[in-house]
Amino acid sequence: MDLTNRYLMFETLDVQYWTYILVGLTFALYIGIAIWSRASSTKEFYVAGGGVSPWANGMATAADWMSAASFIGMAGIISFSGYDGAVYLMGWTGGYVLLALLLAPYLRKFGKFTVADFIGDRYYSNTARIVAVFCALLVSFTYVAGQMRGVGIVFSRFLEVDINTGVIIGMLIVLFYAVLGGMKGITYTQVAQYCVLIFAFMVPAIFISIQMTGNPVPQLGFGSELIDQPGTFLLDKLDGLSTDLGFHKYTEGSKSLIDVFAITLALMVGTAGLPHVIVRFFTVKRVKDARKSAGIALLLIAVLYTTAPAVAVFARTNLIETVSNQPYTTVPNWFKKWESTGLITFQDKNNDGLIQYNANEIENELVVDRDIMVLANPEIAELPNWVIALVAAGGLAAALSTAAGLLLVISSSVSHDLIKNVYYPNISEKLELIIARISAIGAVCVAGYFGINPPDFVAAVVALAFGLAAASFFPAIVLGIFYKRMNKEGAVTGMLVGIVLMLFYIMKFKFGLIGGVIPDKSQWWFGISPEGFGAVAMCVNFIVSIVVMKFTKAPPLDVQEIVENIRIPLGASKPSNH
Amino acid sequence: MTSQEKAKAYWKKNIQYVLILLLVWFFVSYGAGIIFKDFLNSFKIGGFKLGFWFAQQGSIYVFVILIFVYILLMNRLDKKYGFDE
Repeated sequence: MDLTNRYLMFETLDVQYWTYILVGLTFALYIGIAIWSRASSTKEFYVAGGGVSPWANGMATAADWMSAASFIGMAGIISFSGYDGAVYLMGWTGGYVLLALLLAPYLRKFGKFTVADFIGDRYYSNTARIVAVFCALLVSFTYVAGQMRGVGIVFSRFLEVDINTGVIIGMLIVLFYAVLGGMKGITYTQVAQYCVLIFAFMVPAIFISIQMTGNPVPQLGFGSELIDQPGTFLLDKLDGLSTDLGFHKYTEGSKSLIDVFAITLALMVGTAGLPHVIVRFFTVKRVKDARKSAGIALLLIAVLYTTAPAVAVFARTNLIETVSNQPYTTVPNWFKKWESTGLITFQDKNNDGLIQYNANEIENELVVDRDIMVLANPEIAELPNWVIALVAAGGLAAALSTAAGLLLVISSSVSHDLIKNVYYPNISEKLELIIARISAIGAVCVAGYFGINPPDFVAAVVALAFGLAAASFFPAIVLGIFYKRMNKEGAVTGMLVGIVLMLFYIMKFKFGLIGGVIPDKSQWWFGISPEGFGAVAMCVNFIVSIVVMKFTKAPPLDVQEIVENIRIPLGASKPSNH
Repeated sequence: MTSQEKAKAYWKKNIQYVLILLLVWFFVSYGAGIIFKDFLNSFKIGGFKLGFWFAQQGSIYVFVILIFVYILLMNRLDKKYGFDE
C-alpha cells in the first residue's frame, strides 16, 4: 500500500471503528492504572493514604468534578438558554473559591476520611453523623444516576450497541478499578481521565473556532468576527438568528434577576458542600497542599468551563444554519443517526418538506435534545471522524471518573461512617476493607440499575442534590470551623430544617406531590425556582442553627480545642508512602 | 507572643484576607455578571457585551486568580507565624 492509499484509509476509517479504537485504548489505560495502584489498607482505600501530590489531586478533583453533565450536558444547556447558562458556569466554578477559602484547608487539618467524620466529631453526636450520612447517600445516588445515563447515551449512539449493554460495560470498568483500587486507584485513573476528557473537549472546539472565526482560541473566537462575513461579530449574528426565529436574544436571558442570583448561589454553595468533592482534599499531605490543589483543580476546570460557552455559541449557530428551513430530504447523515436514537425528532406539520424551527410551539417541527449538542457538534461542523470518536471517549471519561468518585463516597459512608463509627466500633481494619469493597459493588449495581431504568426525573433530582448539599452540609461545616460556640443542638436542628424545607419545596414545585399539581411559576416563593431554592434553605439553616445555639449550652472544651486546632495549619496527620 | 496569642493573631489576619477575597468574588459574579449586567452590556470589548462576558468568562478567570492570591497570602502568613511545614 503506498502512502496516499494509506492516508485515504486513515481518513475514511469509519467513526465506529475510531470509537472502538479510542474507547478501547482509554479503557485499557484505566484498567492498567487500577492494577498498578491497588489499595491495601483502609486509609489507602478511603483517602489514597493521604499522600497524593497537589497536582495529581488537582487533576483528579477536576475529573471527579466534571461529570457527564459538564462534558455532555452543560454546553448544550447554554446553547439553548444563552445568557441564562451563566448560572452553571459561575455556579459550578465559584463554589471552588468557597471550597478553597472556607473549607478545604481546615478539613484537611482535621484529617479523617469523610464529611460525616467531621460532622460527627465536631458536633460530638452520632445523630449528626447519621444525618450527614443520609445526606451524603442521597446526594451521591442522585448524581450517579445521571452519570450512568451519560454512559448509556454515548454507547448507544457511537458504538451502536444497546444502551443496557453500554451501561453494563461501564459498570464493569468502574467496578474493576473502584473496588480494587479504592481512592488510590480512583485518583490515578482520574488523572488519566482528566487528560482524555480535556483533550477531547478542546480539539473540536479549536477546530470549529478556526473554521468559523479564524481564531484558534475558542474563548476569544466566540467574541470575534465571522470568517465568511467580515465585519459581523459571531454573537451579533446569533442574536439576530435567535430573534428571527422568535427566541430571546442569545446574549440576554429569560430568567428573572432574583432567580439567576439564587440559582448561582445555590450551585456555588452546593458545589462546596458536595461530599465527593470535599473528600478529595483529605488525600493530600499538608494543609498547604489542600489550598494549592484547590487552586490547580479550579484552573484545570476553568479550561473546560470557559470553552463550553464558546462551544455553545458555535453549535447553536451551526445547528440553525444547517437545518433551519432546509428540505428534510437533504439533511446530513448525523441528523438521521440522531433521529434513530430519538434524541432529534422532526415532524413535518405543514407538509412542505422543509424543517421549520422556531420558538412557536405550534409551528415548530424540530425538537433537539440539548444533551446531544456537544456530541453532535463535531459532526455538524463536518470534522474528521477521529475527532468525533475522541468526543465519545471524552464523554465516557467524564462520566466514569465522576461515577467512581461518587461510588467511593457511597461505600465509605456505609463501611466507615455507619458500620465502623456507629454500629461496630471494634471492627478489624481487614474486615472494614472487605465491607468497603462489598458496599462499592452494591453501589455499582444500584447505579447500573438506574442507568438501565433511568428515572425520568434525573434532571429534577440534580437540582435536589445541589439544594440538599447547600441546605445541609455547607452551613454545618462552615459554622463548625468559623464559630467555636456552635453546638450540636444548633447544627443538627439547622441541618434538619434545611433538608426538610428543601425537600418540601422540590416536592411541591418540581414534582407536584403536594396539592396534586405542579404550581405555576407565579406561585414560587420570592420568585425563586426549585433549582435556586437551595440558597434560601441554606440561609434558613444558618439562622436556625445560630438561634438554637444561643439558647443551648456551649460545646464541651475538648471540641472547642478541636476547632482551635484545625485553624492552625501545622501538623496535619502523617501520610503513608506511595 | 505566646503560642495562643500567635494563633489568635494568625486567625484574625486569615479572616481579613478571606473577607476581602470574598468581596471580590461577590462583586465579579453577582455584581458584574448579574446585578449590573444590563448596565455593563452597553459597553463592548470585541464582540462581547461586557455584562455577558463577565457572566460567561470574566468571573471564572477572576475566581482562579482569587484562589492563587489566597494561596500566596496564606503561605506568607504561615511563614511569618512559624506555621509553615
